[in-house]
Amino acid sequence: MTEILTKLVVDCSTGEATTVPLTTEELAQRETDRLAYEAQEAARKAAEADLKALKDSARAKLVAGEPLTEAEAATLVI
Amino acid sequence: MKLIESKTLASAAAQIEFTAIPSTFTDLIILCSLRSTSTDAYVNINLGFNSNTANFTARWLYGLGSGGTGSASSLVRYAGDLNTANDTANTFSNSSIYIPNYTGSTHSKSFSTDSVRETNASANASAISAGLWNDTAAITSVQLDSSDGNFVVGSTISLYGVLKGSDGIVTTS
Repeated sequence: MTEILTKLVVDCSTGEATTVPLTTEELAQRETDRLAYEAQEAARKAAEADLKALKDSARAKLVAGEPLTEAEAATLVI
Repeated sequence: MKLIESKTLASAAAQIEFTAIPSTFTDLIILCSLRSTSTDAYVNINLGFNSNTANFTARWLYGLGSGGTGSASSLVRYAGDLNTANDTANTFSNSSIYIPNYTGSTHSKSFSTDSVRETNASANASAISAGLWNDTAAITSVQLDSSDGNFVVGSTISLYGVLKGSDGIVTTS
C-alpha cells in the first residue's frame, strides 16, 4: 500500500491544526528537492575524495623525493 | 519576541505549514526540533513562503563530524540538515530561522538559518545559511518540509513574532 504523505496546517488566526494530503505539485517539488540534495552530497563527497587523493599522492612523493604536480603542491602550500 | 503558535506532532507529517500569520510583527523567528523517518543518508529541511518554492537563492556554510567543511548554493531553500533513522535513536536536529521584515510589499524577503544535526557519528553537521526569496509579496504563510520521509512524532516547531524595539509585549515608540 502506498503511503499517503500529509502536511500539518496550523492556522495562526485560530490555532486550529488540520492534517491534509500533499498535493501533486508538492509531491513533485519534494522529489526535486530530494534529488537536488543527493546531487549536492555526491558532488561534495567527490570533491573530498579528490582532495584526499591529491594530498596522499603529494605526501608519498615528498617522502620519495619526487617532484609534485601543481595541483599536489597546492594542497600543501597556501 | 512573542509566541504565535507552537505544535508538537502527534502523528508523522511530511510538511508543516503555518497559515494566516498575523502582520502585526516586524520579524519572524521559527525554532524547530525535527527528525525524519527517512533512511537516506542525508535529508534536509526546505523552506517555502506563501506556498511558493520558486525564486529562492541561498548560500550556506557547513561543518561535518568527519571534519569536512565547505559551502554550497545548490539548495536554494535550505533550512538545515535533518536527523534521520540512521542517526542515534531519539535525537533531533535543531534549527532556527530568522525572517526579517516579512510584511513588506516592496522588497524581496531575506532569511537566515542556523542549524545542527545531532548524532553520535561523523554524519553530524552544523550549518548556517543566508537566503533570499525574490518576491515582494508579504509573507502570510510559511512551509517547512522534509526532503525525504516524514517528520517523526514528537517533532516540535514554534513560530515567534518579533516587534522592533520591544520585547513583543511592551512597544516602544
